[in-house]
Amino acid sequence: MLQEESDLSLIIAQIVQKLKGSNLYAQLERQAWACLQRPEIKLESLKEDIKEFFKISGWEKKLQNAVYSELSVFPLPSHPAAPPEHLKEPLVYMRKAQGSWEKRILKSLNSMCTELSIPLARKRPVGEQKELLSKWNEMGTDEPDLSLFRPVYAPKDFLEVLINLRNPNYENGDSLSFRTHLGLIQVPLKVKDIPELKEFFVELGLTTGQLGIDDSTQVPPELFENEHVRIGQKVLAEQDGAAAQQYIRQGSPTALRADLWALILNISSQPEDILYYEQLKTNVIQHDLLVDSLIYKDVKLTASNDDYYFVFEDYLYQVLLCFSRDTSVLGHFAYNSASPPKSYIRGKLGLEEYAVFYPPNVAPLCFLYHEPSKLYQIFREMYVRFFFRLHSISSHPSGIVSLCLLFETLLQTYLPQLFYHLREIGAQPLRISFKWMVRAFSGYLATDQLLLLWDRILGYNSLEILAVLAAAVFAFRAVNLMEVTSLAAAEAVLADLSTLKVMPLLQIFLFATVT
Amino acid sequence: MKIGTSTESGGGSFIGLLSTINGTLNRMSVQTIRNVFSVETGYRLSDDQIVNHFPNHYELTRKDLMVKNIKRYRKELEKEGSPLAEKDENGKYLYLDFVPVTYMLPADYNLFVEEFRKSPSSTWIMKPCGKAQGKGIFLINKLSQIKKWSRDSKTSSFVTQSTKEAYVISLYINNPLLIGGRKFDLRLYVLVSTYRPLRCYMYKLGFCRFCTVKYSPSTSELDNMFVHLTNVAIQKHGEDYNHIHGGKWTVSNLRLYLESTRGKEVTGKLFDEIHWIIVQSLKAVAPVMNNDKHCFECYGYDIIIDDKLKPWLIEVNASPSLTSSTANDRILKYNLINDTLNIAVPNGEIPDCKWNKSPPKEVLGNYEILYDEELAQGDGADRELRSRQGQSLGPKGGRSRDLGRTVLTTWK
Repeated sequence: MLQEESDLSLIIAQIVQKLKGSNLYAQLERQAWACLQRPEIKLESLKEDIKEFFKISGWEKKLQNAVYSELSVFPLPSHPAAPPEHLKEPLVYMRKAQGSWEKRILKSLNSMCTELSIPLARKRPVGEQKELLSKWNEMGTDEPDLSLFRPVYAPKDFLEVLINLRNPNYENGDSLSFRTHLGLIQVPLKVKDIPELKEFFVELGLTTGQLGIDDSTQVPPELFENEHVRIGQKVLAEQDGAAAQQYIRQGSPTALRADLWALILNISSQPEDILYYEQLKTNVIQHDLLVDSLIYKDVKLTASNDDYYFVFEDYLYQVLLCFSRDTSVLGHFAYNSASPPKSYIRGKLGLEEYAVFYPPNVAPLCFLYHEPSKLYQIFREMYVRFFFRLHSISSHPSGIVSLCLLFETLLQTYLPQLFYHLREIGAQPLRISFKWMVRAFSGYLATDQLLLLWDRILGYNSLEILAVLAAAVFAFRAVNLMEVTSLAAAEAVLADLSTLKVMPLLQIFLFATVT
Repeated sequence: MKIGTSTESGGGSFIGLLSTINGTLNRMSVQTIRNVFSVETGYRLSDDQIVNHFPNHYELTRKDLMVKNIKRYRKELEKEGSPLAEKDENGKYLYLDFVPVTYMLPADYNLFVEEFRKSPSSTWIMKPCGKAQGKGIFLINKLSQIKKWSRDSKTSSFVTQSTKEAYVISLYINNPLLIGGRKFDLRLYVLVSTYRPLRCYMYKLGFCRFCTVKYSPSTSELDNMFVHLTNVAIQKHGEDYNHIHGGKWTVSNLRLYLESTRGKEVTGKLFDEIHWIIVQSLKAVAPVMNNDKHCFECYGYDIIIDDKLKPWLIEVNASPSLTSSTANDRILKYNLINDTLNIAVPNGEIPDCKWNKSPPKEVLGNYEILYDEELAQGDGADRELRSRQGQSLGPKGGRSRDLGRTVLTTWK
């Protein structure tokens, strides 16, 4: 009990510390000073009166949302004597693996630089700056020669690294038993099984209404949808972040989604945020980074050819280029095992740090936000809260390693025949599902389905649902998969996910399959 | 039994899909269609022959005649005192203002000049009456650019105007709704099985055609057809044309985007308005259409949405392109033809044009009933209702609605 209390006060102290540096704190201070003028504030009961004022005027709510938001990302309490690396990632071998992966990427980048004689970073000449500024909104149409640029790594390279992860302290002996994990991932991390998942995802159960199922054509809207929309509007009116997160577990109505996500991620478009974005944009104009070309190439290859996202190609460049220069993203590295490689800009413009990463999933967000700075904020927040875990090696339950393990365990435990069959024909299931999970299914599902899936990621503050969905897809196509005899054929069966309806699949897999 | 198909520019043929029907297939050119229905030849279609065009479809599909018919229809409603013809304080129709201001050239040249002078900074678009695929279209913002048509009308009124040179000039919508900074238009398919009583169906899987280049209303880009014209026939020659998605979006994508960014009510209102203008355009030409019982027709409607979310009817095509530019496109067009024939030819049997043209709900496929005059009249004599049985458009696939829901609450 004492331990819990002291943990709690430690957490509180840390959150307070964090919030003190934030904009919200400054605003609250200003508000407190300003409200001294008000007649209802009396000197004798100053503290209570100000608190009361905050409650009525909605500032308390904002503070609540901010605290809640911090809590969601806060790492678990740990031993006070633990060094900071332990906070990022408690397992040594994971840290080492991530470190060597980063070194490998950096080496690859550097060798590309020398090969092509392009600096990692350089300042643009003024003429080029003007040109870029003028075509800032149309970067998609000008295609520089990118043929020499190779992507730094492909998902399967990353998968190879994960497959080779071993815990040096773990010895499971050579004897095979029914416990032996037959999948590719061989690290002993704890993952949930179906009973635990059922509990975790209880709101997805058969008796609870869902968007994605209970708003379909055959169901009259009075049964669920109308009420759900009404509650959503109420949540937005109250601006309650915690309630929103609970609400969105049942899916978000399309019209409310943009605002709900902003509320949950605690994003409000202040003038300072717009200014920040503009600053990043200036940074892009003034300096040219090698990663820019890689980003450009990746977007060209993926989003430009996509039926849904090609329209937003130009937004993607804007957001991603700015993101690669955003140093505040580094703040999140406190709870990520990765540490960004450093690079010096030629011409001694000072030390600039930036992270090397696999371009993440911006495109679906363009369906919700069309104002660049807001789009950028939402994207950045989603990245630092969730998506970065898909690209770095860690033991976190939402990390990609755990997701892979969760997927394989689910498959092996509940679809053993299928799993064994696929393994026999050389089609390890993870090899197919990895690319879905690492991109959070973006580019594989229809957009409206993808957004319903990401609603649940926000609602449950976890990426585990990606692994569950991947397993559910395999379960759904099990009959066809049992008949294939090669990896290529298995890939073909699972090539097109665009017609799948996400929520029914998840429900069936979690709640309606006889185990 | 013969089933005639007409193939015009960009048209496909129906041959491959009629394997279930016994009989020979004739490919009819437009000329043959004209002959079939021409008074002189005295040719009569027999009862088991149906044709996929109405004899005088040009009343709707030629740009000048469409505008003429709509103008006439509006005037008639105004004379009757119908509430549909209500105008606002500026004299603009409240419910029937869905075609941009248009004049015929050279006939209305002087009227046009008067209008042009009222707002000299406006841009106008010149379109040849009888052409398709964006051919011959250009934009103007100065009277001098169309002097040619004024000269003709001034010199002699005895010179018979060759219909080939007739143009329409419309006010250019220079504030189109942009997505990702690009202009787009909507292509919707509408099947009409009979005009009197009017029975029409809307295909749920329409699509948006995007320009490959960012939109700019600046005068320097007036000549750049890649900015302004969305026809695939034009865009596919652009540098940035992509063959995988063809610059096309499904209507359900559009709906998802608009609902997410603008809200559900205004999106619903927009789509209701689109249905409304299609029905009104058909009603406008219904009285003059030769409602031959051997005929049905599938039109391609082109609609542009402006940045106030108001839809505008640009034109109607009688022979919408049935060729496909992408894989998805081919699937869509295949299904379109399949569903069209299922409605036009009941049960895949030899047609008998005496049937009542009321197909059962199951064969509609991806069509939904847009307007059924018989049903509507059955529900009340003095109110025009639009019945929307079946499913409405939407990314999730629709739901059933009440019969007889009024759209405009201000109807008396």
